Amino acid sequence: MNQEQKFLPRHDLDRLLQQLKEESYNCLGPVVRDGAIQYLPITDSSDLPAGVELDQVPAAYQLEFTDGDRLFNWSNGPQALKPLLFRPRENIWQVQRDSSGNLAFSQADESVEPTAVIGVRACDLAALELQDRHFLVPGAEDPHYKKRRDSLLLIGVDCSQPSDTCFCVSTGDGPDLRSGFDLAMTELEDGFVLRAGTKRGQKILDALNLSAATETQLQQVAIQSEQATARQRRLLPDAGVQKLLLQRPEHPHWQNVAERCTACGSCTSVCPTCFCFSEHSETNLDASVSQQVREWSSCFIPNHSNSHGHPVRADIASRYRQWLTHKLAGWQEQFGRSGCVGCGRCISWCPVGIDITQEVNKLVEDTG
Amino acid sequence: MNGDINLPREAVITERIQDSQDTFTMRLSVSGVDRFSFLPGQFNMLYLYGVGEVPISIVPDGDSHNSFDHTIRVVGRVTNGLGELQPGARVGIRGPFGRSWPIDMAKGRDLLLVTGGLGNAPLVGVMEHLVKQRDEFGHVDLLHGVKQDAELIWHDRYQKWATLPNTRVLLTADNPSPDWSGSQGTVVDLFSQLSITPQNTTAMLCGPEVMMLAAIERLRGMGVVDSNIWVSLERNMQCGMGKCGHCQMGPKFVCKDGPVFCLSEISGYFGKKGI
Ligand SMILES: Cc1cc2nc3c(=O)[nH]c(=O)nc-3n(C[C@H](O)[C@H](O)[C@H](O)COP(=O)(O)OP(=O)(O)OC[C@H]3O[C@@H](n4cnc5c(N)ncnc54)[C@H](O)[C@@H]3O)c2cc1C
Ligand code: SF4
Ligand code: SF4
Ligand code: FES
Repeated sequence: MNQEQKFLPRHDLDRLLQQLKEESYNCLGPVVRDGAIQYLPITDSSDLPAGVELDQVPAAYQLEFTDGDRLFNWSNGPQALKPLLFRPRENIWQVQRDSSGNLAFSQADESVEPTAVIGVRACDLAALELQDRHFLVPGAEDPHYKKRRDSLLLIGVDCSQPSDTCFCVSTGDGPDLRSGFDLAMTELEDGFVLRAGTKRGQKILDALNLSAATETQLQQVAIQSEQATARQRRLLPDAGVQKLLLQRPEHPHWQNVAERCTACGSCTSVCPTCFCFSEHSETNLDASVSQQVREWSSCFIPNHSNSHGHPVRADIASRYRQWLTHKLAGWQEQFGRSGCVGCGRCISWCPVGIDITQEVNKLVEDTG
Repeated sequence: MNGDINLPREAVITERIQDSQDTFTMRLSVSGVDRFSFLPGQFNMLYLYGVGEVPISIVPDGDSHNSFDHTIRVVGRVTNGLGELQPGARVGIRGPFGRSWPIDMAKGRDLLLVTGGLGNAPLVGVMEHLVKQRDEFGHVDLLHGVKQDAELIWHDRYQKWATLPNTRVLLTADNPSPDWSGSQGTVVDLFSQLSITPQNTTAMLCGPEVMMLAAIERLRGMGVVDSNIWVSLERNMQCGMGKCGHCQMGPKFVCKDGPVFCLSEISGYFGKKGI
């Protein structure tokens, strides 16, 4: 890939959006809705959250509205790219039953249009790569996920203001975009430094016909990156965690967490790497067609582990242990890396402020 | 299958057998195919129209290439409805899924098969392999336990297996009736009747976890090492192919990495509460 970096003046951002439209992409971008930032359809840059900053701490997510010009000066919203690809609820197939009882199974239809997502974060892309490893296992690709995955064009942005809850530096996934983007942007005061990650991204970049970023601009990019990195305080211990979690299921700290955890499942629904789902059948009134529905599930739901009519994980301590152990140890064996990308969502969206980094540090420190 | 891993195939019930009061067998063939291949210990996701899917072990139907059996205990929503179906009815099938019993690795060795309740279903395939290739293995002990003798299914199969050379079949019931000819007690109680060569024995277990855990303790006590003990596990399964996450036990997907495991792969967490 041509690593040349270009500069897009702030007042020209709509040229980028226009270019995407000309190439028949639907555009999704960060929009303030219901007090949070969400990826939603946008028409032009006036839909983007100008001046919005964000304070995230355990159990709290608070937008701040400043009169600044920056559009991407916040860390992340409650959802990464997960719901765009792995839908919270969808029909995966249907079966028709004729009058003699014959069954005809067919894939649920869905038309998918090329979609460009703007403002994607490094942690979102790291999580996407992990979901790809799960849903696109060679030989066992989920066709619904694949179709939508193939339709995406990803325009990332380097994080300039990580929140207090962010720890992507510790997991090695951010705050700068590493890989997985078609086009990357760094937002500066007066515009954006752009670089392409794929041929598709390069094509768009070339079409914009921009001048090269200046030495000063590139220096500003580097300084901003250093500052964003330095803001992060939380650390997720790495060495030894996998072994400890798998081999010490009876650690007393699980009970300590269980006394605070409400088992609401918020953490699993905001976590961009969680992939559990349940299936059920829905049949129409004359019983001639039945849809198979898959919906997000969570290991915090008691019947998630039902076997012989009883949950394997009957108490909250064992369900929290499942979540954390799967995330930090199970993923290692299943997918070759930890399932945590340091986005901090599970910390801010936990109603009682349980903090994955603190709990892991407790588990590692006091060996019980 | 048009490449969609989620999509069931239609199968027809060709025969229905009532095995015991609460257990029946449906003989199935997949529509439009002349071969349905599977290995002993694998399972299908069996779909009842409009109700849902359940994981059920595949039992071979003799030497047939396209016909196989599902022997099912009626316990709840889906199994109830499946029990109502008569020959000619259609169901959906996804599979076969999962890892099979280590028949090749066990060649030349003695076998000890220990099952409880319907845990014998996934091992029928191993015994039928034995019927055809008896000389591949050494001594074989087959132990099976039920609660009441009325629960015992496949009398004729057990009789046939008992006539195989160098093969012992021991049946037991917790609460037998007066005309029961087997032993009384649990399947683990039968271990006192065994005289095995621990280093040369491969054990295959399937049944309730408490039963398997008790059997494992006895086997270890007799000197059988974990790497020669295999178990087939049950967990909640929604997809059967390593996607839905429900069947996880530690880092394993029971549906895909199992359901048959070597004990040494899972000894760190198998049997620990809440994992
Ligand atoms: C790999 C694998 C292979 C299996 N092979 C077989 C097989 O060959 N034959 C077979 O009959 N079953 C088999 N099972 C178990 C079978 O999948 C369950 O019995 C079935 O899913 C129950 O579904 P249901 O909708 O009828 O019951 P549900 O509606 O889910 O359960 C209703 C009630 O039934 C009871 N219940 C549920 N499951 C069981 C159970 N297994 N034993 C006792 N009580 C129960 C509970 O009290 C529960 O409250 C296997 C399971 C796995 C994971
Ligand atoms: S575990 Fe928490 S911090 Fe890690 S990826 Fe999931 S939501 Fe983000
Ligand atoms: S088991 Fe829990 S932690 Fe693991 S993917 Fe499922 S919901 Fe997430
Ligand atoms: S049954 Fe879905 S992952 Fe195992």
